[in-house]
Amino acid sequence: MVSYRTPLGRARGLGSAKHGASHWVAERVSSIALVPLVIWAVYGVLRLAAGDYGFAVHWVQDPLNATLLVLTLAISFWHMQSGMRVVVEDYIHKALTKSALLLLNLFVCGLAGALAIFSILKVALGGA
Amino acid sequence: MTEASNTPRERPVSPHLVTGGLGSPLLWRWHITMWTSILHRATGVALYVGALIAAAWAISLAEGPDAYAGFKGLLGSVPGKVVMFGLTVCIFYHLANGIRHLVWDTGHGLDVKSANASAVVVFAFAAAASLAIWGIAGMTGAL
Repeated sequence: MVSYRTPLGRARGLGSAKHGASHWVAERVSSIALVPLVIWAVYGVLRLAAGDYGFAVHWVQDPLNATLLVLTLAISFWHMQSGMRVVVEDYIHKALTKSALLLLNLFVCGLAGALAIFSILKVALGGA
Repeated sequence: MTEASNTPRERPVSPHLVTGGLGSPLLWRWHITMWTSILHRATGVALYVGALIAAAWAISLAEGPDAYAGFKGLLGSVPGKVVMFGLTVCIFYHLANGIRHLVWDTGHGLDVKSANASAVVVFAFAAAASLAIWGIAGMTGAL
């Protein structure tokens, strides 16, 4: 394959590290997955809002509901982490502030996502 | 046009949103595709909070009946319902406009006329779907 990079560009080592499009593609893949999942989740919230604690436990213990819940949560938290990352990268230009906010975003999404998924699994596997 | 010809024409400026810092007059006339772009990001940030509320729901369910009743009481209060209605609008807006972006990614619908038309469709869908869901919620005893 012909390389269009200039010798100077190669020497500096800047530019594509061969996976430049991966973040962009992953954002699209997660959004495609979230289209049906979110519609299902809205239906789920409607059911849950009309029911009490016992109904919610029973609903979450259904294997299909538990699986879709975990998928919705995992993909949503990944998607929102990558979306907020772009927002921070667009508006925050001070290196230290930007790094701190990007780390905070990653850790908040990671922690909240992990807590939510663990809670669902606990209920689904009969711990509640 | 004859009066204007006596005064020097304003120099062209490169595209930017505001003429000087925040609060200064807008350089660009607002148009609907600007709104859809800004609102896609704004609703995304709002849904970030919404996902944290969803996580709180899961945690309260795992905590037990008392925590769950407390969580439901909070969401069922008037401010809670206002937040939930706002999140409903955000979800349907972000969903519809997200699909619009996915269509754009295939190279379709990018001309001004189509982009304006799809923007109207997105707003109409967000409004109609939100009202429909809250209508259903009212009928099924979810409120």
